Amino acid sequence: MTPLNTLSPWGDDIYALFTAHHIELVSFVPDGGHKRLIELCQSDAKLCTITLTTEEEGIALAAGAFLGGKRAALLMQSSGVGNCINMLSLPRVCNMPFLAIVTMRGEWGEFNPWQVPMGQSTPKVLAASGVLVYRVDTLDAVGPTVEAAIQIAFNSRRSVAVLLSQRLIGAKNFTRGDK
Amino acid sequence: MLNRREALRTLLQERGEMIVVSGLGSPTYDLAACGDESLDFPLWGAMGGAAMVGLGLALAQPNRPVLVVTGDGEMLMGIGSLATIAAKQPPNLRIVVLDNERFGETGQQRTHTAMGVDLAAVARGCGIEHSLTLRETAQVATLREQLHTTQAPLFAVVKVSSEELPRVLPARDGSYLTHRLRMALLGPARATEA
Repeated sequence: MTPLNTLSPWGDDIYALFTAHHIELVSFVPDGGHKRLIELCQSDAKLCTITLTTEEEGIALAAGAFLGGKRAALLMQSSGVGNCINMLSLPRVCNMPFLAIVTMRGEWGEFNPWQVPMGQSTPKVLAASGVLVYRVDTLDAVGPTVEAAIQIAFNSRRSVAVLLSQRLIGAKNFTRGDK
Repeated sequence: MLNRREALRTLLQERGEMIVVSGLGSPTYDLAACGDESLDFPLWGAMGGAAMVGLGLALAQPNRPVLVVTGDGEMLMGIGSLATIAAKQPPNLRIVVLDNERFGETGQQRTHTAMGVDLAAVARGCGIEHSLTLRETAQVATLREQLHTTQAPLFAVVKVSSEELPRVLPARDGSYLTHRLRMALLGPARATEA
Protein backbone atom coordinates (compact mmCIF):
# COMPACT_ATOMS: atom_id res chain seq x y z
CA MET A 1 0.00 0.00 0.00
CA THR A 2 1.34 3.42 -0.90
CA PRO A 3 1.99 5.42 2.28
CA LEU A 4 0.07 8.61 2.82
CA ASN A 5 2.35 11.40 1.76
CA THR A 6 2.25 13.42 4.95
CA LEU A 7 4.42 16.14 3.42
CA SER A 8 1.69 16.86 0.84
CA PRO A 9 4.01 19.04 -1.26
CA TRP A 10 1.17 19.94 -3.65
CA GLY A 11 -0.26 22.02 -0.82
CA ASP A 12 2.48 24.60 -1.31
CA ASP A 13 1.76 24.79 -5.05
CA ILE A 14 -1.96 25.29 -4.54
CA TYR A 15 -1.45 27.84 -1.77
CA ALA A 16 0.88 29.86 -4.02
CA LEU A 17 -1.75 29.81 -6.79
CA PHE A 18 -4.53 30.91 -4.42
CA THR A 19 -2.38 33.87 -3.43
CA ALA A 20 -1.36 34.71 -7.01
CA HIS A 21 -4.96 34.59 -8.22
CA HIS A 22 -6.41 36.66 -5.37
CA ILE A 23 -8.44 33.90 -3.74
CA GLU A 24 -9.14 35.36 -0.32
CA LEU A 25 -11.70 33.00 1.25
CA VAL A 26 -10.89 29.32 1.70
CA SER A 27 -13.50 27.07 3.28
CA PHE A 28 -13.10 23.39 4.05
CA VAL A 29 -14.28 20.18 5.53
CA PRO A 30 -10.85 18.72 6.12
CA ASP A 31 -9.08 15.71 4.70
CA GLY A 32 -5.68 14.30 5.55
CA GLY A 33 -4.57 15.09 2.01
CA HIS A 34 -5.44 18.78 2.51
CA LYS A 35 -3.64 19.09 5.85
CA ARG A 36 -0.64 21.00 4.51
CA LEU A 37 -2.73 23.36 2.35
CA ILE A 38 -5.15 24.10 5.20
CA GLU A 39 -2.26 24.91 7.54
CA LEU A 40 -0.68 27.23 4.98
CA CYS A 41 -3.99 29.04 4.45
CA GLN A 42 -4.67 29.34 8.17
CA SER A 43 -1.21 30.79 8.82
CA ASP A 44 -1.75 33.56 6.24
CA ALA A 45 -3.42 36.60 7.83
CA LYS A 46 -4.51 37.82 4.40
CA LEU A 47 -6.60 34.70 3.84
CA CYS A 48 -9.91 34.10 5.55
CA THR A 49 -10.42 30.42 6.35
CA ILE A 50 -13.87 29.07 7.21
CA THR A 51 -14.43 25.70 8.86
CA LEU A 52 -17.66 24.14 7.58
CA THR A 53 -20.01 21.61 9.12
CA THR A 54 -20.90 20.19 5.69
CA GLU A 55 -19.49 20.79 2.23
CA GLU A 56 -22.48 22.45 0.58
CA GLU A 57 -22.09 25.37 2.97
CA GLY A 58 -18.91 26.19 1.08
CA ILE A 59 -20.79 26.55 -2.21
CA ALA A 60 -23.27 29.03 -0.75
CA LEU A 61 -20.39 30.84 0.95
CA ALA A 62 -18.52 31.16 -2.34
CA ALA A 63 -21.66 32.52 -4.01
CA GLY A 64 -22.02 35.19 -1.33
CA ALA A 65 -18.34 36.06 -1.61
CA PHE A 66 -18.64 36.46 -5.40
CA LEU A 67 -21.69 38.69 -4.99
CA GLY A 68 -19.58 40.83 -2.67
CA GLY A 69 -16.57 40.93 -5.00
CA LYS A 70 -14.24 38.31 -3.49
CA ARG A 71 -12.92 34.97 -4.71
CA ALA A 72 -13.36 31.78 -2.71
CA ALA A 73 -12.31 28.14 -2.93
CA LEU A 74 -13.63 25.00 -1.24
CA LEU A 75 -11.43 22.14 -0.04
CA MET A 76 -12.98 18.76 0.64
CA GLN A 77 -12.65 15.03 0.13
CA SER A 78 -14.63 13.00 -2.36
CA SER A 79 -17.12 11.77 0.26
CA GLY A 80 -18.31 15.39 0.57
CA VAL A 81 -19.19 15.73 -3.10
CA GLY A 82 -22.46 13.90 -2.55
CA ASN A 83 -23.47 16.53 0.00
CA CYS A 84 -23.10 19.24 -2.62
CA ILE A 85 -25.39 18.21 -5.46
CA ASN A 86 -28.39 20.48 -4.97
CA MET A 87 -26.31 23.47 -3.86
CA LEU A 88 -24.33 23.26 -7.11
CA SER A 89 -27.44 24.66 -8.78
CA LEU A 90 -26.67 28.01 -7.15
CA PRO A 91 -23.47 28.88 -9.06
CA ARG A 92 -24.88 27.19 -12.16
CA VAL A 93 -28.13 29.16 -12.31
CA CYS A 94 -26.46 32.40 -11.25
CA ASN A 95 -23.53 32.13 -13.68
CA MET A 96 -21.03 32.38 -10.86
CA PRO A 97 -17.53 30.93 -10.56
CA PHE A 98 -17.04 28.02 -8.19
CA LEU A 99 -13.76 26.23 -7.45
CA ALA A 100 -13.36 23.03 -5.44
CA ILE A 101 -10.17 21.08 -4.72
CA VAL A 102 -11.19 17.51 -3.96
CA THR A 103 -8.91 14.85 -2.49
CA MET A 104 -10.00 11.43 -3.69
CA ARG A 105 -10.79 8.44 -1.54
CA GLY A 106 -12.13 5.06 -2.50
CA GLU A 107 -10.23 4.59 -5.72
CA TRP A 108 -6.54 3.54 -5.27
CA GLY A 109 -5.68 0.99 -2.62
CA GLU A 110 -8.59 2.04 -0.42
CA PHE A 111 -8.79 0.20 2.92
CA ASN A 112 -12.22 1.49 3.98
CA PRO A 113 -15.07 0.03 1.89
CA TRP A 114 -17.39 2.85 3.01
CA GLN A 115 -15.33 5.32 1.00
CA VAL A 116 -15.57 3.40 -2.26
CA PRO A 117 -19.15 4.18 -3.42
CA MET A 118 -18.81 7.98 -3.24
CA GLY A 119 -15.24 7.91 -4.47
CA GLN A 120 -16.28 5.97 -7.56
CA SER A 121 -19.29 8.18 -8.29
CA THR A 122 -17.57 11.52 -7.60
CA PRO A 123 -16.52 12.41 -11.19
CA LYS A 124 -19.89 11.28 -12.62
CA VAL A 125 -21.91 13.17 -10.02
CA LEU A 126 -19.89 16.33 -10.60
CA ALA A 127 -20.19 16.07 -14.37
CA ALA A 128 -23.93 15.42 -14.11
CA SER A 129 -24.23 18.58 -12.00
CA GLY A 130 -22.56 20.73 -14.64
CA VAL A 131 -19.13 20.90 -13.01
CA LEU A 132 -15.97 20.77 -15.13
CA VAL A 133 -13.72 18.06 -13.74
CA TYR A 134 -9.92 18.05 -13.93
CA ARG A 135 -8.09 15.06 -12.57
CA VAL A 136 -4.50 15.09 -11.30
CA ASP A 137 -2.49 11.88 -10.99
CA THR A 138 1.07 13.18 -10.71
CA LEU A 139 2.80 15.76 -8.56
CA ASP A 140 4.14 17.82 -11.44
CA ALA A 141 0.64 18.21 -12.87
CA VAL A 142 -0.85 19.76 -9.72
CA GLY A 143 0.27 23.33 -10.33
CA PRO A 144 -0.63 23.63 -14.04
CA THR A 145 -3.97 21.88 -13.53
CA VAL A 146 -5.04 23.96 -10.54
CA GLU A 147 -3.98 27.13 -12.34
CA ALA A 148 -6.01 26.20 -15.41
CA ALA A 149 -8.96 25.38 -13.15
CA ILE A 150 -8.73 28.75 -11.41
CA GLN A 151 -8.57 30.53 -14.75
CA ILE A 152 -11.59 28.88 -16.29
CA ALA A 153 -13.59 29.08 -13.05
CA PHE A 154 -13.16 32.80 -12.57
CA ASN A 155 -12.59 34.05 -16.12
CA SER A 156 -15.39 31.99 -17.65
CA ARG A 157 -17.56 31.79 -14.53
CA ARG A 158 -17.86 28.04 -14.41
CA SER A 159 -18.01 25.48 -11.63
CA VAL A 160 -14.77 23.53 -11.63
CA ALA A 161 -13.48 20.68 -9.48
CA VAL A 162 -9.88 19.49 -9.39
CA LEU A 163 -9.68 15.88 -8.24
CA LEU A 164 -6.37 15.05 -6.55
CA SER A 165 -6.21 11.31 -7.12
CA GLN A 166 -5.68 8.85 -4.32
CA ARG A 167 -2.64 7.56 -6.17
CA LEU A 168 -1.13 11.04 -5.83
CA ILE A 169 -1.96 11.59 -2.17
CA GLY A 170 -1.39 7.99 -1.08
CA ALA A 171 -3.87 5.57 0.37
CA LYS A 172 -4.63 6.07 4.04
CA ASN A 173 -3.07 3.36 6.19
CA PHE A 174 -5.46 2.65 9.06
CA THR A 175 -3.27 0.03 10.71
CA ARG A 176 -0.40 2.52 10.89
CA GLY A 177 -2.68 5.26 12.22
CA ASP A 178 -2.45 7.78 9.35
CA LYS A 179 -4.73 10.76 9.75
CA MET B 1 -48.87 36.26 16.01
CA LEU B 2 -47.24 38.78 13.76
CA ASN B 3 -47.92 39.30 10.08
CA ARG B 4 -44.77 38.34 8.20
CA ARG B 5 -44.93 41.11 5.62
CA GLU B 6 -45.67 43.84 8.11
CA ALA B 7 -42.76 42.62 10.20
CA LEU B 8 -40.37 42.60 7.23
CA ARG B 9 -41.62 45.98 6.03
CA THR B 10 -40.78 47.42 9.44
CA LEU B 11 -37.35 45.76 9.47
CA LEU B 12 -36.50 47.24 6.05
CA GLN B 13 -37.44 50.84 6.88
CA GLU B 14 -34.52 53.19 6.25
CA ARG B 15 -32.36 50.20 5.38
CA GLY B 16 -29.61 52.36 3.92
CA GLU B 17 -26.76 50.28 2.49
CA MET B 18 -28.00 47.00 3.94
CA ILE B 19 -27.83 43.97 1.64
CA VAL B 20 -30.75 41.53 1.95
CA VAL B 21 -30.65 37.83 1.03
CA SER B 22 -33.96 35.97 1.19
CA GLY B 23 -34.45 32.23 1.56
CA LEU B 24 -36.59 30.39 -0.96
CA GLY B 25 -40.37 30.37 -0.67
CA SER B 26 -42.36 32.88 1.32
CA PRO B 27 -39.42 35.07 2.47
CA THR B 28 -38.52 35.67 -1.18
CA TYR B 29 -42.12 36.72 -1.93
CA ASP B 30 -42.17 38.86 1.23
CA LEU B 31 -39.00 40.64 0.14
CA ALA B 32 -40.47 41.31 -3.30
CA ALA B 33 -43.67 42.61 -1.69
CA CYS B 34 -41.58 45.14 0.26
CA GLY B 35 -40.18 46.55 -2.99
CA ASP B 36 -37.65 45.07 -5.37
CA GLU B 37 -34.28 46.69 -4.61
CA SER B 38 -30.92 46.28 -6.31
CA LEU B 39 -29.38 45.34 -2.95
CA ASP B 40 -31.79 42.39 -2.68
CA PHE B 41 -30.76 38.84 -3.55
CA PRO B 42 -33.85 36.63 -3.50
CA LEU B 43 -33.16 32.91 -3.63
CA TRP B 44 -35.50 30.56 -5.50
CA GLY B 45 -33.59 27.41 -4.63
CA ALA B 46 -30.38 26.38 -2.82
CA MET B 47 -32.46 25.40 0.21
CA GLY B 48 -30.38 25.53 3.36
CA GLY B 49 -27.88 27.95 1.84
CA ALA B 50 -29.33 31.39 2.61
CA ALA B 51 -27.36 31.98 5.81
CA MET B 52 -24.11 30.91 4.15
CA VAL B 53 -24.71 33.22 1.16
CA GLY B 54 -25.12 35.88 3.83
CA LEU B 55 -21.84 34.88 5.48
CA GLY B 56 -19.98 35.10 2.18
CA LEU B 57 -21.42 38.56 1.55
CA ALA B 58 -20.70 39.70 5.10
CA LEU B 59 -17.04 38.63 4.82
CA ALA B 60 -16.66 40.22 1.38
CA GLN B 61 -18.46 43.45 2.33
CA PRO B 62 -17.45 44.03 5.96
CA ASN B 63 -18.57 47.64 6.01
CA ARG B 64 -22.22 46.93 5.19
CA PRO B 65 -24.86 45.19 7.24
CA VAL B 66 -26.01 41.97 5.58
CA LEU B 67 -29.48 40.69 6.46
CA VAL B 68 -30.61 37.15 5.71
CA VAL B 69 -34.39 36.77 5.85
CA THR B 70 -35.44 33.17 5.70
CA GLY B 71 -38.05 30.69 6.84
CA ASP B 72 -37.95 28.07 9.56
CA GLY B 73 -37.81 25.17 7.09
CA GLU B 74 -34.93 26.70 5.16
CA MET B 75 -33.02 27.52 8.36
CA LEU B 76 -33.55 24.01 9.70
CA MET B 77 -32.04 22.53 6.54
CA GLY B 78 -28.96 24.73 6.98
CA ILE B 79 -28.84 24.44 10.76
CA GLY B 80 -25.16 23.51 10.73
CA SER B 81 -24.37 26.88 9.18
CA LEU B 82 -25.26 28.48 12.53
CA ALA B 83 -22.21 26.72 13.97
CA THR B 84 -20.09 27.84 11.02
CA ILE B 85 -21.26 31.44 11.38
CA ALA B 86 -20.83 31.45 15.16
CA ALA B 87 -17.26 30.18 14.79
CA LYS B 88 -16.54 33.12 12.46
CA GLN B 89 -18.45 35.84 14.40
CA PRO B 90 -19.05 38.19 11.44
CA PRO B 91 -20.01 41.47 13.14
CA ASN B 92 -22.17 42.67 10.21
CA LEU B 93 -24.32 39.56 9.61
CA ARG B 94 -27.95 39.40 10.75
CA ILE B 95 -30.28 36.43 10.31
CA VAL B 96 -34.01 36.84 10.76
CA VAL B 97 -36.15 33.71 10.60
CA LEU B 98 -39.80 34.39 9.78
CA ASP B 99 -41.05 31.36 11.66
CA ASN B 100 -44.59 30.22 10.82
CA GLU B 101 -43.81 26.68 12.00
CA ARG B 102 -44.86 25.38 8.58
CA PHE B 103 -43.42 24.23 5.26
CA GLY B 104 -45.55 26.86 3.54
CA GLU B 105 -44.69 25.96 -0.06
CA THR B 106 -45.64 22.34 0.12
CA GLY B 107 -48.97 22.18 1.90
CA GLN B 108 -48.45 23.76 5.30
CA GLN B 109 -46.92 20.70 6.94
CA ARG B 110 -45.67 21.43 10.45
CA THR B 111 -41.92 21.96 10.82
CA HIS B 112 -39.71 21.05 13.76
CA THR B 113 -40.31 24.49 15.30
CA ALA B 114 -43.96 23.44 15.71
CA MET B 115 -42.69 20.39 17.57
CA GLY B 116 -40.58 22.12 20.18
CA VAL B 117 -37.34 23.03 18.40
CA ASP B 118 -36.13 26.45 19.54
CA LEU B 119 -33.95 27.94 16.79
CA ALA B 120 -32.82 30.90 18.91
CA ALA B 121 -31.61 28.48 21.57
CA VAL B 122 -29.75 26.52 18.87
CA ALA B 123 -28.10 29.70 17.62
CA ARG B 124 -27.19 30.76 21.16
CA GLY B 125 -25.82 27.31 21.86
CA CYS B 126 -23.66 27.58 18.75
CA GLY B 127 -22.22 30.83 20.08
CA ILE B 128 -24.32 33.57 18.51
CA GLU B 129 -24.80 35.48 21.73
CA HIS B 130 -27.33 37.95 20.34
CA SER B 131 -30.09 35.42 19.68
CA LEU B 132 -33.70 36.19 20.47
CA THR B 133 -37.30 35.26 19.70
CA LEU B 134 -39.94 37.91 18.98
CA ARG B 135 -43.65 37.39 19.49
CA GLU B 136 -44.96 40.96 19.74
CA THR B 137 -45.33 43.60 17.04
CA ALA B 138 -43.79 46.23 19.31
CA GLN B 139 -40.49 44.28 19.41
CA VAL B 140 -39.94 44.54 15.67
CA ALA B 141 -39.00 48.24 15.69
CA THR B 142 -36.33 47.52 18.29
CA LEU B 143 -34.99 44.67 16.17
CA ARG B 144 -34.85 47.04 13.19
CA GLU B 145 -32.55 49.34 15.15
CA GLN B 146 -30.40 46.40 16.23
CA LEU B 147 -29.90 45.40 12.58
CA HIS B 148 -27.97 48.64 12.13
CA THR B 149 -26.28 49.06 15.52
CA THR B 150 -25.26 45.62 16.80
CA GLN B 151 -21.50 45.04 16.38
CA ALA B 152 -21.81 41.26 16.45
CA PRO B 153 -23.74 38.57 14.58
CA LEU B 154 -27.43 38.72 15.37
CA PHE B 155 -30.01 35.95 15.12
CA ALA B 156 -33.73 36.60 15.56
CA VAL B 157 -36.72 34.33 15.25
CA VAL B 158 -39.90 36.27 14.49
CA LYS B 159 -42.93 34.11 15.19
CA VAL B 160 -45.46 34.85 12.44
CA SER B 161 -48.91 33.59 11.53
CA SER B 162 -49.14 30.80 8.98
CA GLU B 163 -51.74 32.45 6.74
CA GLU B 164 -50.86 32.27 3.05
CA LEU B 165 -50.45 35.72 1.50
CA PRO B 166 -50.74 36.67 -2.17
CA ARG B 167 -47.51 35.78 -3.94
CA VAL B 168 -45.37 38.64 -5.14
CA LEU B 169 -42.71 37.20 -7.39
CA PRO B 170 -39.30 38.80 -7.97
CA ALA B 171 -37.15 38.03 -11.01
CA ARG B 172 -35.90 34.46 -11.01
CA ASP B 173 -33.11 34.73 -13.57
CA GLY B 174 -30.06 34.05 -11.43
CA SER B 175 -27.66 35.78 -13.81
CA TYR B 176 -29.74 38.95 -13.70
CA LEU B 177 -30.06 38.92 -9.92
CA THR B 178 -26.32 38.34 -9.54
CA HIS B 179 -25.39 41.13 -11.94
CA ARG B 180 -27.88 43.53 -10.38
CA LEU B 181 -26.38 43.10 -6.91
CA ARG B 182 -22.77 43.17 -8.13
CA MET B 183 -23.47 46.36 -10.08
CA ALA B 184 -24.88 47.95 -6.94
CA LEU B 185 -21.96 46.82 -4.78
CA LEU B 186 -18.99 46.93 -7.12
CA GLY B 187 -19.87 49.27 -9.99
CA PRO B 188 -19.88 48.46 -13.70
CA ALA B 189 -16.16 47.84 -14.19
CA ARG B 190 -15.76 45.26 -11.44
CA ALA B 191 -19.27 43.76 -11.77
CA THR B 192 -18.42 42.35 -15.18
CA GLU B 193 -15.07 40.97 -14.05
CA ALA B 194 -14.37 37.87 -11.97
